[in-house]
Amino acid sequence: MERRKSRVLAMTVLTTVLAGGSLAACSGGGGGGEGDAESGTVRVTLANHVWTDAIVEAIPQFEEETGLTVEVTQLGEDQLSAQYNVQLNAGTDEIDVMMYRPLQEGKLFAQNGYLADLTERVSSNADWQWDDFQQGPVDSTTFEDQVVGVPTITEREVLYYRKDLLEKAGLEVPQTLEELEAAAKQIKEQNPDIAGFVARTGKSPAVTQFSSFLYGFGGDFIDDEGNSSLDSPEAKEAYAYYGRMINDYGPANVSTDMSWPEAMAIFTQGGSAFYTEADSLYQNATDPANSQVAETVGFAPMPAGPDGSKPYNVPSWGLGINEASANQDNAWKFIEWATSKDMVMQIQKEGVPGPRTSVWQDPAGTETYPEDLAAAIEVSAENGVGHDRPLVINVGEAREIVGDPIVVGITDGDVDAAADAADEAFQQFLDDERE
Amino acid sequence: MAVAALPPKRAPQKQNAWKAYSDWANEHRKWLFAAPAMIFVAVLIAFPLGWTLYLSLTDASGSVRAKSEFIGLENYADVLTDTDRFWPAVLRTFVFTAVALTVQLVLGMAIALLLWRPFKGEKWVRVAILLPLVATPVAVGMMWRLIFDPNIGFANQLLGFVGIGPQPWLSGQYSALPTVIFIDIWQWTPMVVIILLAGLTSLSDEPDEAARIDGATAWQRFRFITVPLLMPTIIVAILLRSIDALKTFDLLYATKGRGGGSFHEVETLNVYAYGLSFDYNDYGVSSTVLIIFFLIIVAVMFVLTRRRKEVQK
Repeated sequence: MERRKSRVLAMTVLTTVLAGGSLAACSGGGGGGEGDAESGTVRVTLANHVWTDAIVEAIPQFEEETGLTVEVTQLGEDQLSAQYNVQLNAGTDEIDVMMYRPLQEGKLFAQNGYLADLTERVSSNADWQWDDFQQGPVDSTTFEDQVVGVPTITEREVLYYRKDLLEKAGLEVPQTLEELEAAAKQIKEQNPDIAGFVARTGKSPAVTQFSSFLYGFGGDFIDDEGNSSLDSPEAKEAYAYYGRMINDYGPANVSTDMSWPEAMAIFTQGGSAFYTEADSLYQNATDPANSQVAETVGFAPMPAGPDGSKPYNVPSWGLGINEASANQDNAWKFIEWATSKDMVMQIQKEGVPGPRTSVWQDPAGTETYPEDLAAAIEVSAENGVGHDRPLVINVGEAREIVGDPIVVGITDGDVDAAADAADEAFQQFLDDERE
Repeated sequence: MAVAALPPKRAPQKQNAWKAYSDWANEHRKWLFAAPAMIFVAVLIAFPLGWTLYLSLTDASGSVRAKSEFIGLENYADVLTDTDRFWPAVLRTFVFTAVALTVQLVLGMAIALLLWRPFKGEKWVRVAILLPLVATPVAVGMMWRLIFDPNIGFANQLLGFVGIGPQPWLSGQYSALPTVIFIDIWQWTPMVVIILLAGLTSLSDEPDEAARIDGATAWQRFRFITVPLLMPTIIVAILLRSIDALKTFDLLYATKGRGGGSFHEVETLNVYAYGLSFDYNDYGVSSTVLIIFFLIIVAVMFVLTRRRKEVQK
């Protein structure tokens, strides 16, 4: 009897200890645990990107120079965004350096106080040269006069095209949107299996690429007074044009879900004559390992609309420091190194357009680029617009609203009505956000 | 000698303390044993639920740590009058669940009946049927996304062989929902088969044999003997599958991405709530949707468990 009782007790204790232990493990969450002390380990969270591949390869060099250890977490774009939402919301100090999208999350993060103020740090080291960074990208990583991030990758929309198809059709490279449409039409008619034009079609992903068409027609998402301008004649024309290009001259079984990987796949598998996309993705088209059209792909500046050639010219990614991190000095060391002139030059040579003026001016900075691409980038950097989506706090929701007429156009719906509806919804959204 | 004399002196005292403790533990053991589970439930279920309920009464957005105002039931009023996204999402959730569940039950029952009586190669057939169950829904979604790709997908190539033109499948505005329902059926019918098969094998043969002797047809025996006897099991299958189907997320996200596609064509309540949280950072509204969703699931469970009790009577 006694033995049975003690066995019961022993089991009770054991169960309690085990359960308690597992609960404690849940709440502890591992981590540095040192509290406020600067740690020799810099925890860096990066997105899957060609820039990341290049920087990760170079990290041992940084570790050797500084004696610091770098711990890299690498995630897909959507996962990264969700991860930040959860972790930064919970006030984590387990991220030191964060790669983020200044135009997508910059305002939100800065407003929430997730990003540390780097204003003093960027100007403290004259050799590093903050004033060497292009003004557009710098503006995007500045929030209410405080620098909250350092741009790492810039991009502009350019026209990808198939030289062989143009030659076969006896066409010149289109300079205007009108010429682009005529060329797409002709090629589609001549080659029933090949689309004249392809671009992103997903409601939200398409917005950034649609923006260059919108600016070309003389429109924008928001007017000078800060109101929605989606129902302007220019915007409506742009929506109609983009929809028509995909609907009439696009791939046969086009979906309304394509982001760049799907659209790029159609182009690189030889399925389309023209494709408008960010220049930073050009290696997908020129690398024979991924692209069946590597030999025949050409690049040109964004064709001009009634208002000229006005592609976006934006910093797609930047590096910031988590405000809650206790390791900010070392985090800054990492950023300073990753965005130094040498590093930017090295990464740009590997095909990732950087944000430094001096690197672009140096012939070495563009020598690895296809000649026509380098020329297109140069033109675009001059007349580019500094945003490719509405500059608001809740960009995710805004993109869905302004993207709606795009998919309506692609599916041959009533674009005018869709633009009017989107305008109303977007104005409501802007009013709500201003409150 | 002194050492030997010690134990009788101290042992009773030690034993008493031990005994008192053990008696106490013994008396309260039902609580002691349940305590870890209760703490677990409190920390990991009750707290998040309470917190979600609290958030649903505020205008929390941007960051849950940012200052938010208590706005009472305003979010509920907004959500319940939203015919743009919320009600279509509710409708889709129920259409998805009802269609998937019905087909799974019919198909599951048919397969279970086939597997009920032993036959040659039975083992292999069972393994083959169970295969879809072991894959994770995200992997399943990605696999089917490739198969249903409008241009390079296997499905359209297959249709091409028999002379049918390409179908939009997942990419079509109206074909996406039926397609994801099909994938759900593909993956989860085996689960229904397992449950029903377990029920069938536990049935006694006698009523069936008696009916056979009385000249009942196979359909009559199935309709009036097997189904009524199997009813409790069928309801368990309905209960488990409907809860699962109602809250499907991974498959929809893996196939159509955020917002359930450009036209929200497969946006169920779960996908909608996820979008509100992670794309819009609208935590107040998102919590409201989740609380309403929670109530819907509880109501469905309540109805089903009551029905099960009735059947068991």
